[in-house]
Amino acid sequence: MMKRAECFQVLARHIKDEAVVATYSSAFEWDAIKPRALNYLSIGAMGLDSSHGLGLALGRPDKRVIVLQGDGSLLMNLGSLVTIAAVAPKNLVHLVAHNGTYEANGSHPLPDPKVDFAGMARAAGYAAVYDFADLEIFTQQIAYLLEQAGPVFATLRVEPSGPLTYDYRRIYDPAKRRAFKAAWQERG
Amino acid sequence: MLNGGKIIAAIKASGVEYVLSVPDIVTSSGLLAPIAQNKDLRLIRVCKEDECIGIASGLSYSDTRALILIQHTGFLDSINAIRGIAVEYRQPICMMIGLLQHDPELAPRASPSYGVRIVEPILDDMGIAHHLIGADMDVGKIGPEIDGAYRESRPVAFLIGRSPL
Repeated sequence: MMKRAECFQVLARHIKDEAVVATYSSAFEWDAIKPRALNYLSIGAMGLDSSHGLGLALGRPDKRVIVLQGDGSLLMNLGSLVTIAAVAPKNLVHLVAHNGTYEANGSHPLPDPKVDFAGMARAAGYAAVYDFADLEIFTQQIAYLLEQAGPVFATLRVEPSGPLTYDYRRIYDPAKRRAFKAAWQERG
Repeated sequence: MLNGGKIIAAIKASGVEYVLSVPDIVTSSGLLAPIAQNKDLRLIRVCKEDECIGIASGLSYSDTRALILIQHTGFLDSINAIRGIAVEYRQPICMMIGLLQHDPELAPRASPSYGVRIVEPILDDMGIAHHLIGADMDVGKIGPEIDGAYRESRPVAFLIGRSPL
């Protein structure tokens, strides 16, 4: 079992000009580890992170999009696995932090914490699917994973985090959305 | 009379590149089927209507225009996504909503269908501009309203009151 923040620290070392869609607990940890204009933090409704990511990927096929979704969030939008696999954007990487809980809502368990997200992504038709529970293996493979033609999916099996401070006003600041748009539209 | 070809022409003329849809029986043969064959529009078939709201929002950050084509039941199912993304974040979310089981001779608020009757009051309460497209003479509203939604970064809804031919 890994820690989400450790996974994100590893991921951060490989980030260049990708958009990173991060929401709820993942958003607070990611934005603390790698603060940047190209962090897309406002999704407006739980579960839609993967759908925002698909829209971003279609709008800029020349850039990569990385979605950092929670397990409870994906459960609310499982159909997006089928939609994304059917559209098949080569520039989309979909990472799901699987800690078995609705962490941002009081750490209550998922209906079934053992749910197999990688299996569902594979069945939906993602181009490549991974399932990581070991930080050393994740560290070894992340660079290759990020370069593969997508859509790429990976489950990150992580422990529930300790208490986080959820300052939603800060991450949902309209200025952050404006800054993201300006950065996302840069060419060259 | 409502001509589907004229609606599609208006959608294309407004710069829409993507149509995001869950099938709706009101617009099935007159809009969705010809859109699926149209080489100038990219149709993305989604599993559930609220996906459309997220995808359209993501596309908007590259100024790529999208139209969401759904049934009013899917609109009702997507209210929280529309609340958060279209209204609170002021995103240009353009929706074309088929009114299932509506009598096209009546105003939507007088529809025999409860689900149809509540659509306009909900849009009003959410502050979302909406326009009934019930005849060919209404089609001219589509282009300027899509332009306005993207120019002002706000949502808009077009209500399809009868099956386009």
